[in-house]
Amino acid sequence: MATCLKRLRRFASIGRKGQEYSTTCDEPPKLQKSGKTVNLFTAINQALRIALETDPRAYVFGEDVSFGGVFRCTTGLVEQFGRNRVFNTPLCEQGIVGFGIGLAAMGNRAIAEIQFADYIYPAFDQLVNEAAKFRYRSGNQFNCGGLTIRSPYGAVGHGGHYHSQSPEAFFCHVPGLKVVIPRSPNQAKGLLLASIRDPNPVIFFEPKWLYRLAVEEVPEHDYMLPLSQAEVICHGNDITLVGWGAQLSIMEQACIDAEKDGISCELIDLKTLIPWDKETVEASVRKTGRLLVSHEAPVTGGFGAEISASIAERCFLRLEAPVARVCGLDTPFPLVFEPFFMPTKNKILDAIKATVNY
Amino acid sequence: MAALNQITSSSRSRFLKPLASFSSSQSLRRSFSSPADDTSVITVETSVPFTGHKIDPPSRTVETTPKELLGFFRDMAVMRRMEIAADSLYKAKLIRGFCHLYDGQEAVSVGMEAAITKKDCIITAYRDHCIFLGRGGTLLESFSELMGRQSGCSKGKGGSMHFYKKDSGFYGGHGIVGAQVPLGCGLAFAQKYSKDNTVTFAMYGDGAANQGQLFEALNMAALLDLPAILVCENNHYGMGTAEWRAAKSPAYYKRGDYVPGLKVDGMDAFAVKQACKFAKEYALQNGPIILEMDTYRYHGHSMSDPGSTYRTRDEISGVRQERDPIERIKKLILSHELATEKELKDAEKEVRKEVDDAIAQAKESPMPDPSELFTNVYLKGFGVEAFGADRKHLKAVLP
Repeated sequence: MATCLKRLRRFASIGRKGQEYSTTCDEPPKLQKSGKTVNLFTAINQALRIALETDPRAYVFGEDVSFGGVFRCTTGLVEQFGRNRVFNTPLCEQGIVGFGIGLAAMGNRAIAEIQFADYIYPAFDQLVNEAAKFRYRSGNQFNCGGLTIRSPYGAVGHGGHYHSQSPEAFFCHVPGLKVVIPRSPNQAKGLLLASIRDPNPVIFFEPKWLYRLAVEEVPEHDYMLPLSQAEVICHGNDITLVGWGAQLSIMEQACIDAEKDGISCELIDLKTLIPWDKETVEASVRKTGRLLVSHEAPVTGGFGAEISASIAERCFLRLEAPVARVCGLDTPFPLVFEPFFMPTKNKILDAIKATVNY
Repeated sequence: MAALNQITSSSRSRFLKPLASFSSSQSLRRSFSSPADDTSVITVETSVPFTGHKIDPPSRTVETTPKELLGFFRDMAVMRRMEIAADSLYKAKLIRGFCHLYDGQEAVSVGMEAAITKKDCIITAYRDHCIFLGRGGTLLESFSELMGRQSGCSKGKGGSMHFYKKDSGFYGGHGIVGAQVPLGCGLAFAQKYSKDNTVTFAMYGDGAANQGQLFEALNMAALLDLPAILVCENNHYGMGTAEWRAAKSPAYYKRGDYVPGLKVDGMDAFAVKQACKFAKEYALQNGPIILEMDTYRYHGHSMSDPGSTYRTRDEISGVRQERDPIERIKKLILSHELATEKELKDAEKEVRKEVDDAIAQAKESPMPDPSELFTNVYLKGFGVEAFGADRKHLKAVLP
């Protein structure tokens, strides 16, 4: 428990450069400890570089990616791989995704970028009706598994209505797509490479708040992390907390505070939202008897609802309290009211206490 | 002729009125040597002739009055000052979020207003501060909205990208690129039903010109002969991507194919005025038309973009020297001896003061009340329940 907390504290110090810390209590043996300390956009950049190096038929494209992209995830790629493999598209999200599906259908790896997740909606039809159903409706003759869509999502402090949205729930409702969300640079590189190489279309949402803020040691070699496998970041006995992306660091703070009140929390990073790892979450809830889900997207119809319903179905008799969802409010993402809208540490802490004392 | 004067004087006075309330109202107009003359006609030639696509372009000769000329100068000076002040406010972190500045493109807004009425509708993307001013918005509303205060035009809930003004037909202020164009065609559809001889100007940029929804909307507008005028403000860069790298055919006025188009020098307020007047007459008779305004923005795409990584500083300063819209009007005023250099400089100083006063007043305005977070999600009365963290006690019904 004490060592677990020590590691938790180190993870919680996001932003302090040069500090060594790990994000897991039990480290998988294949990840080397050595590696440079980099931030999220550099880790993504490394992953893209490796993807382009290892597969000569991989392409990276999107709006403004040539000069490095608005978040610098694609810096240096066009210099290294040339304009034929890393190129700008015009301002057409529907075109970008449709184009990517076509490329992937011919066996290439299309890594498309949607500049902000808020802009993904013109491409919604292409993703839901074309990408997700291609393999199914052609009886496995064709598929667009080589398609990976990368998109920054989530609140950034001042993004307002159209630079802060979390649209993951819309895509989780579509069988045929995979949705992956990393929590840190180390995870991002491994998950992105796994997503690119996964033979199914994947939407990879990157938490934009963490592009510069999250700093971690990332091994320089090529490595992948398994999809559809949730990770228990920290073990506990009283309540299970499930989250993904930038929200995890907020939940971490709440866990530390709850520890002071004697509540031991088990924190799980879902990583892949569909198909999600029900077994890990169920096993944890069977141990603790309580569940809390937290995400930035509005609560009604958010992915927390799916987790809540599934766990209620599986662990009904074991649950000691209703599943708590601490999420964004049911309003459009506000401009000046962002601190009220967001599921902050105190809201989570309140919910932990209410659930434990139910 | 009289009708033209009526249009110009009414739009001028409505524009000047709200601004005049900040400084001593009369002194400004008396600052020029010749009175604001509404009757004597000055003939001006546009900088370049118009180029038409499937249409005969209008003539280069534009008639104007001293009052209009001086009005153009003042309005553009206010817009320029406002944008520059917004730049400083952003850097001082009083404006947060995203801020897309319009300096360099003022002639489009000012010229358009001179040709139309407040019953005509304008809808645009996120570079909307000056268009809002042109439609009759005040500096106070503008700065308050930028800083997210209650006295803002959208009550502080919209921010830089979402300025609206219902009573003068300004339908905003939209964040998603290209999404406002189908909306604009819808407005034109409603106008056709209302039979009140009004049109809609749906504005978009060279980046948005490649959006599929634009062509869908254009097709529908052409099928139904809607009074929709699509205005492409071509400032040659879609954020960081130059137009020749984004579009196979950067001749945006021709992209309508079966819809006629006109290419206009967007840095010349009189060319814009002539084109908009021509387009309005055309659209009321025949259906949609595309106007491409060849213009330029001095700032980057937004405040987070320095604007110099994809274009050279020489290019920017070159445009400033050769084609600046305010300088062109200044030269016309001086050549027709409507005011002296000193008077123009004094006018600029007064504008600066007005803008500073508006900023000071906007800073006094409070932030919106926290209960405003929940208002206007739906119309009042159709409430939705929202649970707080503990699910039992903290319940709110969204108004």
